[in-house]
Amino acid sequence: MLEIKNLNKSFNVGTVNEKHVINDISLTVNDGDFITIIGSNGAGKSTLLNLIAGTYMPDSGKIVLDGKNITFSSEIKRAKDIGHVFQDPMMGTAADMWIEENLALAYRRTKKRSLSWGISNKEREIYKKELSRLGLGLENSLNKKIGLLSGGQRQAVTLLMATLQKPKVLLLDEHTAALDPKTAAAVLTLSDQIIREDNLTAMMVTHNMQNAIDYGNRLIMMHAGRIILDLSGEEKKNLTVEMLLRQFEKASGEEFVNDRALLS
Amino acid sequence: MIRLVTLQSGIAQGLLWAILTIGVYITYRILDFADLTIEGTFPLGAAVTVVLINSGMNPFLATAVAMLAGPLAGLSTGILNTVFKIPGILSGILSMIALYSVNIRIMSDKATVAIAGNSIKKIVATLFPAGTVSNTLSTTVGIIVCAALIATLYWFFGTETGCAIRATGNNSKMSRSMGINTDMMTIIGLMLSNAIVALSGSLIAQFDYGSALVNMGQGTIVIGLASVIIGEVILIHKEHNFAYRLFSVVFGAIVYRTIISVVLTISGFKATDIKIITAIIVAIALSIPVFKEKAAMRKKRNLAMKEGK
Ligand SMILES: Nc1ncnc2c1ncn2[C@@H]1O[C@H](COP(=O)(O)OP(=O)(O)OP(=O)(O)O)[C@@H](O)[C@H]1O
Ligand SMILES: [Mg+2]
Repeated sequence: MLEIKNLNKSFNVGTVNEKHVINDISLTVNDGDFITIIGSNGAGKSTLLNLIAGTYMPDSGKIVLDGKNITFSSEIKRAKDIGHVFQDPMMGTAADMWIEENLALAYRRTKKRSLSWGISNKEREIYKKELSRLGLGLENSLNKKIGLLSGGQRQAVTLLMATLQKPKVLLLDEHTAALDPKTAAAVLTLSDQIIREDNLTAMMVTHNMQNAIDYGNRLIMMHAGRIILDLSGEEKKNLTVEMLLRQFEKASGEEFVNDRALLS
Repeated sequence: MIRLVTLQSGIAQGLLWAILTIGVYITYRILDFADLTIEGTFPLGAAVTVVLINSGMNPFLATAVAMLAGPLAGLSTGILNTVFKIPGILSGILSMIALYSVNIRIMSDKATVAIAGNSIKKIVATLFPAGTVSNTLSTTVGIIVCAALIATLYWFFGTETGCAIRATGNNSKMSRSMGINTDMMTIIGLMLSNAIVALSGSLIAQFDYGSALVNMGQGTIVIGLASVIIGEVILIHKEHNFAYRLFSVVFGAIVYRTIISVVLTISGFKATDIKIITAIIVAIALSIPVFKEKAAMRKKRNLAMKEGK
């Protein structure tokens, strides 16, 4: 269980550009929750995930993961428990290393790195089995440089790397936004499949309202650093994009602005 | 005509300089960090070795101590870069400048200290028939040391820690999200590289210069880069394993030294011209990707124009 209490984060404190990006957010993520997060540009979605992952430290508030206070523990320490996938497919993998070497890095995410050498055949079998779940035929090219794969393939491998060691929380930050529509749909389906099969707890930022409604068991809408809507169960199932837009306008008193949401 | 002896000395010197090049390869290619520290570490290795030998220490032991001094320089650069967030190039320059003072102190305020006692070269010479030329000795030791380094590094960069260092150089953000302490990996890589560079300085002092010179490090980063790039241009054309890539680097160092030796036999060239020649080689090699891109662009444009007609 992930508990966030009264979290605050400002950037550029003390300058004219000071911005209160996360405004007293409290949120409890239950085990097995798959939360989709939507919100206008600059609402603070990425910042919230970055605070959970430890990329940034909050100004105040508390983050507790499975009873452990991780508010100020380093990003590297938290990486043992948290999988984080970003929008840019180039960011999630080491381009010059082989597929199997990338997976080996991910496989050791929770362990201390020693001087033991190479990748065992037993490990390789695991990688092959996991890669075959992607349905891209990559299980036959373990010794291929990741940099030679397409954006969608890379993002699929990144997803696998984030979940190879079961994370306590999986954070997906618009991880299909840079892909073409067809590939994006495939990677999204795959994400959903992995999350359900491995019974993961996940938070997924998306700019696609329909996807936000279709996937997951809970939907959160953010605006100006706050959570303005938190729906689950039947309430979420019966949502439509129309209703979401109206809810947004009611809760924020503004029109929904998200360039990409309006485009898609 | 290239004389045989020119080639022989190119190979002999190239093998000793190849050690430095392997050190440069670790930072420049693996860590993606152009480490200028080495311009101070190279004379540091020489100075420590020569001064210790002159105080009566066994040359092998003195060389080993030099190899322990090198990593301290790497550590200093690593801390400046990772803890104090000073850009890599500047961190290296700071260590390099500081090392100048350190080296002068080690050499008791002298710019040159000749080896007065024994040296690894002299010890190795006793294993060969009397009158064996210097090039043979350098070549033998160079081959042994380079082979040992390639084997050790091939092993090390295949370990979990070694892979974490490679990942850090390749994509540090992703590495952190995989729980890799990227700061620590950068520091380990810099220390390892500087140990190797100090070894190279130590051996070149013993086999080639016969002394430690406080200015011997000048331009070593560019020499290292030139050798790395020459090796890659000649030998790397597809996916190769790590040992082969290190071998290409050694080969590059030999080619570089041979080019320099040959150039120096051409009348009209002076020893001091080496630096501008090296700079030109590196500048050309580093700009190859731009030329390639431009050529590809031109091709595309011509094609587009044809189709437009
Ligand atoms: N490192 C930073 N330094 C300064 N300001 C930042 C930083 N990161 C984010 N911000 C600001 O915080 C605000 C929220 O950014 P955030 O990336 O969390 O928004 P978002 O909801 O993810 O938006 P988008 O839909 O565009 O991705 C923005 O105004 C952004 O400019
Ligand atoms: Mg964002």
